[in-house]
Amino acid sequence: MNERVIPREPHGLDWFQNGTSRIPFRVYTDAELHTRELENFFYKNHWCYVGLEAEIPNPGDFKRTVIGERSVVMTRSEDGSVNVVENVCAHRGMQFCRQRHGNRKEFVCPYHQWSYTLKGDLQGVPFRRGVKQAGKVNGGMPADFKTEEHGLNKLRVATRGGVVFATFDHAMESFEDFVGSTVLGYFDRMFDGRKLKILGYNRQRIPGNWKLMQENIKDPYHPGLLHTWFVTFGLWRADNKSELKMDSHFRHASMISTRGNAQAANEVSKVSSFKETMKLHDARFLDIVPEAWWNGPTAVMTTLFPSVILQQQVNSVSTRHIQPRGNGEFDFVWTHFGYEDDTPEMTERRLRQSNLFGPAGFVSADDGEVIELSQKGFEQKPEHRTLAELGGREVGDTDHMVTETLIRGMYAYWRKVMGL
Amino acid sequence: MSAALEFETYNAIVQLHARYASAVDANDWGAWVDCFVDDCVYRIQPRENFERGFPLATLSFESKGMLKDRAYGIAETLFHDPYYQRHIVGAPLILSASDAGIECEANYVVIRTKLSELSTVFNAGRYIDTIVRTSEGLKFKLRQCIYDSEMIPNSIIYPI
Repeated sequence: MNERVIPREPHGLDWFQNGTSRIPFRVYTDAELHTRELENFFYKNHWCYVGLEAEIPNPGDFKRTVIGERSVVMTRSEDGSVNVVENVCAHRGMQFCRQRHGNRKEFVCPYHQWSYTLKGDLQGVPFRRGVKQAGKVNGGMPADFKTEEHGLNKLRVATRGGVVFATFDHAMESFEDFVGSTVLGYFDRMFDGRKLKILGYNRQRIPGNWKLMQENIKDPYHPGLLHTWFVTFGLWRADNKSELKMDSHFRHASMISTRGNAQAANEVSKVSSFKETMKLHDARFLDIVPEAWWNGPTAVMTTLFPSVILQQQVNSVSTRHIQPRGNGEFDFVWTHFGYEDDTPEMTERRLRQSNLFGPAGFVSADDGEVIELSQKGFEQKPEHRTLAELGGREVGDTDHMVTETLIRGMYAYWRKVMGL
Repeated sequence: MSAALEFETYNAIVQLHARYASAVDANDWGAWVDCFVDDCVYRIQPRENFERGFPLATLSFESKGMLKDRAYGIAETLFHDPYYQRHIVGAPLILSASDAGIECEANYVVIRTKLSELSTVFNAGRYIDTIVRTSEGLKFKLRQCIYDSEMIPNSIIYPI
């Protein structure tokens, strides 16, 4: 029998000068590439975001969510530990958990009532020893059936600073090594051990490839151009003091910026989105009060590849969870939070500033819009490519934001992992 | 409400609802703002947050000034794919009525039509209102749009 020949580069992606400054549209439009991305980035060798410990404060609490396109359940068991199990019954494969949150003593699959502990261990199987009828025992599981061999798929869990990550890959490096010391420093800045207080959720479905959201937060070029509020009120503009930092693989990044120059006219304010005379009728939207934990920067946007964005924009803090749905669509779930030591005034301030962000935000609503329209452009011309050459064609940390280096970095990593 | 509301008042509530829907469907943001008193609250909030007691809203405005800022944002600063919206509002359920104001609810559906596209259900939910009498007729003191729709189809630009 002939061996099956698997072509090495079935997709024939063409990379300009073998770099990543020009990204083929096909990486966004090809369904088969998407399946490989799920396997390579979401289902192995990467810690993916699951939630915040504050979402499951008490024993028995659970939250259903996803890693990539696989449904998982995060639980707090009686001993206080955080567990993540795959939402697929060991018996007939049913997604047994349909509630999105709640409190349970155990999980029971409704179909045949197989029951599991909150850690995912199989407890009982109805009619395991058969059913007695007219003096004989009918049915039952085979004698060698062992409950301990048929638990739920248990994921490896990492918690840090109240944030929960999980992986299907039990062999991979630690969460800390995965993030790397540079970006971990910015992670710890925001999640410094104080208990978190959930403020609520926003959920949006964006008709575009999931990577575009990573790229959006690795692109400091657009905020001072697309987002009038950012440039006009000095929240994010090209002349702000800023730094871009990556992990050693270029997969994660932090964009660090310090507010300045609000409504001052210069090169930057010549952009058409700058509105010199714009004044708020109600200035409370921007009632910004610096916090000690900032240590200076007024905004740090961290991308942890592939699954989450960590937002600090002045007093507004949130996690933004990327949940792919095929190559052309993803769900984007925002969890806004505060800290246990927030005063009522600070909570109110965080909530007011959240009007800038989210699916209707004065700033962020248009990010979803440009992603949708980018995807439309890719779909109509899949053989073409984007151009990401601001600041050159190389990849490296910078002390300014006039560059697309983080996008190039992400695709350097993507190419290495995908072998394309 | 136990006591019957005079027809005149009930009719004025229905008219306010209709005027509101007409304003937001006609992109008349000035008329939208004018449906509220100065010291008003307007919120668009997922049902999930509302029912679980989470304070976060998708939009939360606490003054007529904030509404004006949104109107300016829609017209001048928010980039978005253009769309029409069409509100279908159910009959108001009057919960209480006093000199202080009228508390009522009404179901709504918003249909979105993007240019060259089919019309689709954009947002479905329930208004929870407090309406007060002013020299210019009834106005909203509080309008909460509590939406069932689990996913926002990309973004919400215009008021619901």
